[in-house]
Amino acid sequence: MSSLALAVRDSSTMLRRNLLHARRYPSLTLNLLLTPVMLLLLFVYLFGDVMSAGIGGGDADRSGYVAYLVPGILLMTIGGTLVGTAVSVSNDMTEGVIARFRTMAIHRSSVLVGHVVGSVLRAIVSVVLVGAVAVAIGFRSTDAGVLEWLAAFGLLVLFATALTWVAVGMGLVSPNAEAASNNALPLILLPLFSSAFVPVDTMPGWFQPIAEYQPFTPAIETLRGLLLGGEIGRHGWLAVAWCAGLAVLGYVWSTSRFNRDPK
Amino acid sequence: MTDPAIAANGLRKSYGDKAVLDGVDLTVPEGTVFSLLGPNGAGKTTVVKLLSTLVSPDPGTGDIRVGGHDLASEPQAVRASIGVTGQFSAVDGLITGEENMLLMADLHHLPRREGRRTAAELLERFDLVEAARKPASTYSGGMRRRLDIAMTLVGDPRIIFLDEPTTGLDPRSRHNLWRIIRELVTDGVTVFLTTQYLEEADQLADGIAVLNDGRVAAQGTAEELKRLVPGGHVRLRFTDPAVYRSAASALRGVTRDDEALVLRIASDGSQRELRAVLDSLDSAGVEADELTVHTPDLDDVFFALTADSDTPDQPEETVR
Repeated sequence: MSSLALAVRDSSTMLRRNLLHARRYPSLTLNLLLTPVMLLLLFVYLFGDVMSAGIGGGDADRSGYVAYLVPGILLMTIGGTLVGTAVSVSNDMTEGVIARFRTMAIHRSSVLVGHVVGSVLRAIVSVVLVGAVAVAIGFRSTDAGVLEWLAAFGLLVLFATALTWVAVGMGLVSPNAEAASNNALPLILLPLFSSAFVPVDTMPGWFQPIAEYQPFTPAIETLRGLLLGGEIGRHGWLAVAWCAGLAVLGYVWSTSRFNRDPK
Repeated sequence: MTDPAIAANGLRKSYGDKAVLDGVDLTVPEGTVFSLLGPNGAGKTTVVKLLSTLVSPDPGTGDIRVGGHDLASEPQAVRASIGVTGQFSAVDGLITGEENMLLMADLHHLPRREGRRTAAELLERFDLVEAARKPASTYSGGMRRRLDIAMTLVGDPRIIFLDEPTTGLDPRSRHNLWRIIRELVTDGVTVFLTTQYLEEADQLADGIAVLNDGRVAAQGTAEELKRLVPGGHVRLRFTDPAVYRSAASALRGVTRDDEALVLRIASDGSQRELRAVLDSLDSAGVEADELTVHTPDLDDVFFALTADSDTPDQPEETVR
């Protein structure tokens, strides 16, 4: 068997293992879904009137704010599910079976690839579920044709893959589940400092560059442009560049960490 | 003559400042059971970790060959020929026993049908059929250990590492495991076993090495090791201190235990030496309350070889 075929085969075995875990213990994934849904409902129904006054020059109503908010919430959903990834990777590394895998003639990274692919699949399912809630409370894509939908889907997968590799690295360096959950906190906090809830140009001037160029804002703006029309501009390239950079960084970090001798 | 299953020269491994293994040489012929004995912390598990490619040896380690492959340059070939059951149960607790077995079959790239058959056979052999569909985390310690070993046997490894496989098992499970190990060896499998139980080594092992302080203190068959220590003696127990004292002065070459009122006389246990002891007691007019003849066993070897190095009267030289 060629080494690529071996890698694919072992990775799909590890993916099956990962999905078996997720199916048997869905509570972790479901809990993480609660946060974005809560935030969505909170910002639309409780803060909606105030928030909508701050966008579109003040003439937007609540449904206008729903449209503004949903792309950010969708990407935030991905960030949230990745906390689960970091926790489950960290838990998994304490299992004796990982030591067994290391002594078997399998493709070594397949253990991690199984986690990553399983986690991306869960992130996409989560996005679909949260998206369904968004549609139920009145979100409508105004502008997207088939091509835009495909691009939006591609962006979500790319973004999820990139951040998942980072989350796997966070899980690998964490000695236990609590530490993993703390280390992965930036994945939840970053969207709060992005253009998810309010436009960047309403923030204090000194903070605008930080909000503008962190990974979430370009991705959110690109998704917004794809689903609602409007200018994407440099945000598209920035989003892709961030994803590519984080994916490579996360991959190299995770695999080198995993290849170290276990304690 | 074929290659030995395992040949390791000068195994070295330190964690921080502490040298866990300080130049360990081991040779295990194919199709035999080799047992590594040693007190806790002697480095037994580290040897298994090194030989099973789980951790890499320190620089300065010599050649290591496992299953005819060089460990440093062909780790995947080594991994393909071994099966490992570590000290801590290497099962996936979140999935069922059967799923664990099928996972192993998939990772050994067995065709689906063959994988199912192998899994079913091993579950049967290890008496896990009833529990097969329950999550492994709900298993008792003995069941987890059995599942662990069953998983190791998927893919028919030619060399099996068992790191303290019977620790924590009840006597019946232990004997079952011994039977399985013997069956494996009959099929030509090589078994590398670490254990704290000397009886286990005595029962199973063709070759034994005693590891102490990161070095091999002695290596050989159980019989050879027993000959190393002058453990044979006659033990006399008294209840009356006065009788004890007169016996102690009447006999030559005794070791006294004044508190227990016990005398030990070195002896090979032969009729002639025994009679000499009894004659001396008779002529002194004393009678022991209890007399036992003690022949050296692996316990004596173990204590003699692994005693603190500042204790006198222990063989210092390494015997091969």
